[in-house]
This record gives sequence, structure tokens and C-alpha cells, in this order.
Amino acid sequence: MDLDELYKEVVLDHCRRPRNFGEMPDADVHVHGDNPSCGDEITLHVKFGANRDLGEVMFTGNGCSLCMASASMMTQKIKNKPRANAESLWTSLHDMLTAREEPKELDDKLGDLQVLIGVRKFPMRVKCATLPWQALKQALEEKNSA
Amino acid sequence: MPNTPDWSAIRKDFPILDQDVHGKRLIYFDNAATSQKPRAVIDALSRYYERDNANVHRGIHELSQRATEGYEGARERTAKFINAPKSCEIIFTRGTTEGINLVANSWGGANLKSGDVILLTEMEHHSNIVPWQLLAQRTGAKLRYVSVTGDDGLLDLSQLDPLMRPDVKLFAFNQVSNTLGTVNPAKELCAKARALGITTLVDAAQSIGHMPVDVQDIGCDFLVFSGHKMCGPTGIGVLWGREELLEKMPPWQGGGDMISSVDFFESRWNTLPHKFEAGTPDISGPIALHAAMDYLDAIGRDKIFAHDQELAAYAYNRLKEIPHLRTFGPASGRSGLVSFVLPEVHAHDVVTLADHRGLALRGGHHCNQPLMRKLKVNSTARASFYFYNTMDEIDRMIEILAEIQQYFSRGS
Repeated sequence: MDLDELYKEVVLDHCRRPRNFGEMPDADVHVHGDNPSCGDEITLHVKFGANRDLGEVMFTGNGCSLCMASASMMTQKIKNKPRANAESLWTSLHDMLTAREEPKELDDKLGDLQVLIGVRKFPMRVKCATLPWQALKQALEEKNSA
Repeated sequence: MPNTPDWSAIRKDFPILDQDVHGKRLIYFDNAATSQKPRAVIDALSRYYERDNANVHRGIHELSQRATEGYEGARERTAKFINAPKSCEIIFTRGTTEGINLVANSWGGANLKSGDVILLTEMEHHSNIVPWQLLAQRTGAKLRYVSVTGDDGLLDLSQLDPLMRPDVKLFAFNQVSNTLGTVNPAKELCAKARALGITTLVDAAQSIGHMPVDVQDIGCDFLVFSGHKMCGPTGIGVLWGREELLEKMPPWQGGGDMISSVDFFESRWNTLPHKFEAGTPDISGPIALHAAMDYLDAIGRDKIFAHDQELAAYAYNRLKEIPHLRTFGPASGRSGLVSFVLPEVHAHDVVTLADHRGLALRGGHHCNQPLMRKLKVNSTARASFYFYNTMDEIDRMIEILAEIQQYFSRGS
């Protein structure tokens, strides 16, 4: 197991300078996600546009580098994008990290998020990287039922 | 110090320590989560299953007699280990958590009513908070907490008198904090409570394997601990309670062994300690715990405590050499563990990176979420020691932490 596969420089960069990090008091939904086994927690703040597509997205919270980098890259990918894009990204990310077999090809849509493939080799840390995505799923569902 | 144990010879009693992890020599600093087991304990377990295994108490054949003698012999040994007046006051449980739940359900259910107060401290493990919350929900009792002063991790003892009002019925606290390493003045706390008629429960999970623990000297009413943090196996623990309290408490689980006679519609309870041990118990656990107690006493728990404090003080001072590193718990007189936050590196990343250098640390909230919120920290890394650890290992930890900081700052 190579640590450099886990801690790629892009991960460290997002961890040090998280994008879209901060409060959004006028968000349509604030979804809190936490990992009870370790104490990591993030809150996703989302504004929805027409057709329930995604508008501004921000996040706040405190977590390890994988959690923060995953959240930071996620917000870049989904904000101001059609809802369907966010849903399909969610599926690709989960396939990449949790599918039984390592995917032979990664979805191009993932872009920078592909660096998180290294987390697969660290099963104890998969939950760190998927925490922001749980919050995203919940945010999308909340708007569905609204 | 006269008769200093030969710690390097003692270390060789632990087969698991002699291995590489990720190609590096294992340094095991997660002893507050669970300790490693000496050969004597491993042998006691396998000897029981190879020679003596049978069910206890009801059998008449030879093996059943041996198993019963081993099981009940462990109870007597445990009574001696904590200086309990009677061995019938020793109840075997699955661990500290089950012991607290037993008291909360049985004693708490029979003795607490709406408006009564359960006094806890802010440094309790979740296992000494949640059972009382459940009891409070059931009975209408309320919880009250003794504050922790801050990063130095001491109980604010000036609050005790105002907090111990007549509505307080129980005071439950740990003897040693698993996150802060604080050693609480258990004897003093119990004396104050006793003078006011408050029942006391001491969580000795972190102290039992690290220092002499004497229930009569402490003056508590209940004391609970686990075997696995004191060289014993997982899945076995002990509840000690004063006989007069245990006698009056209702059973908390029904089944075989805990009854003296059963009819279709009602039953009569067995005597202590069997009233609280329903069903076939863990038999190998107490037998191996017996071996662990013999092992610790052969070294001397006072010597283990002194050695723990040396290791912790050395680690604390060396950690303080790292600029901006934040530590938790008292600067001196601490038990053998140090929690810390390395600047700019989250505890989980510290633990993963340390693991790849052979160093086993723990990172997270350590089952102390309310305390962590109060200290305004999301998680800490924790190094916890036992007598087989060495100063050299602590030096290596400091080097590893410097490597981690360097690794994490690359590209910045």
C-alpha cells in the first residue's frame, strides 16, 4: 500500500484550501452528515434553481484531509449543474470507492475526484471520503420530497 | 527504586509485540483501547479448552467440576485483586459497559424516581453517560455534571459541594480518564458522596490494570472494569458491589443459573452472585483473567503505575517540543496516555500515516463526544502506554510525527 496514492498532492491542496467552504445562511437546505465512529462532521448548504437543479453549494465542518478534499472537490463539480449530473456523479463516485471489483475504467465525469481511487486500498478510510456524498444524497432527496 | 522490574525481559512475555507492521517494527500505543496479552494468559485460555472445558455449576462429572473450580476460583482471585470483602460480591459481566448497564437497570430501576439526580462528570466515556440517560428517560430522573476545567483536564472540585444537593442519589465517575489521562481523587470523591448518603459507582476501566485498586480503601459502592485492558481477554468484565446493595437489587436478566426454583408462573432467585449471572457464562474469560491478575501482581501494580507515569511524563515533555502541538490533560500526575492535536494534520491522517510506519495510535473522539465539544476539538490523536512500552519507542513516535508533518506540508 502506497501512502502517496492516498495522499496525492491535489488532496492535500484541497484540504489546505478547501473550495466553497463557508456558511450560506440563505441556503434552501442545510444537511448535516457525521461519522459517529470518528467525529468527522460536515454540513452541506445548497440553493436550488429552476427544475430543482443545483445552484450555489457551500460546505462547513471539520474532518480529516480525505473528508475535506472530497467535499471540496464535490462542491466544485456539482454547483450550478443539472440535478441529473449530481446524481450520476454520486453513482460514479460510489462505484469507484465501494464496488466489490475495482472499476477497470473510471468515469471521465469524475475529473479530479478520480484521485480518491487510492482510498479503496484503505477500507477504514472509505467512510471519510464518502461522508460529504451522503450529505449530498440527502440534500437531493429532501428537495425531491418537498 | 529497589527491585525495579526488568521491563525488557517482561516485554518478551508478549508474543504479539515481536512483529513488523507495514515492514516496520510494531510500536503498540493503543493500550487504552485494549492491552496486549502475555503468554501466561494465552496459555491459560488454550489450557482450559484443551483440558478442562465443560459447563459450570450443574454438572457432576470431572470436567464440569474442573470448569466450576476454575470459574469460581477466578471469582475469589478477583475479590482479592480489588480487596473486596466477599467473593459473592463479584459479578462477572461482558465488560465495563455491561457492568454499568446492570447497575443502571437493576439498582437504578429500583431506587430512582422522577426528580432524582444522577451526578456524572464531563470526562466520562459514553458508556458511563448513555446508560444513565436511558435510565433518566425511564424514571424521570435528571443528569447533572461536574465540569472539567479545560485543556488541563481536571475536575472542578470547587463545584462538588454546590452540585451534591439532597436530590443527588448516585455519583458515577471514572478513576482515570481515557482521553485526558487524569487520575481522579476517587477516595475523596466517594467520601464526600458517602457523607451525604449518595451511592457511588467508580468506572475503573482505565485504572484497574495500571495501579493498585482497593474498593475498601476507595470507599465506593460499585466498581466496574473490563478484563481486556489489563492483559486479560475481551468479553469478560467485573462488577463489584456492596453485598447489602446487591442483595436488595432485582435480577436484570432471567434464565438458567440465576434461579433457585422455577414454576410455570413465578420463580425464586438464586443467591449472590448467581442472581446476576443468567445463562452459561464466559468460563474461559474469568480463568484467563485469573492468570492476568497473577501476572500483574507478580510485577507489582505499584511498579506498573510508577513506570506508566514515567512513560507518560516523558512522552508529554517530548510532544511539547513540537511547536504549536496541543495536548490535553494535566501536565503532571497523569496516567499512561497523552492525547494531542498535531498542527495542520487531522488525527485520522496522523493515525493512517503513523500506521504505515509501524506505530499504532488511536484517533477520533475516544467515546468522549461531549467533552470534545466542550474542549472545542473535533478529534485528537492518542498515544496510550503500558509497561512493555519503552522510551525508545516514544522517541521513535516523535520522529514519526515530524515525518508526518513534513509529508503533509509537501506542495504547500
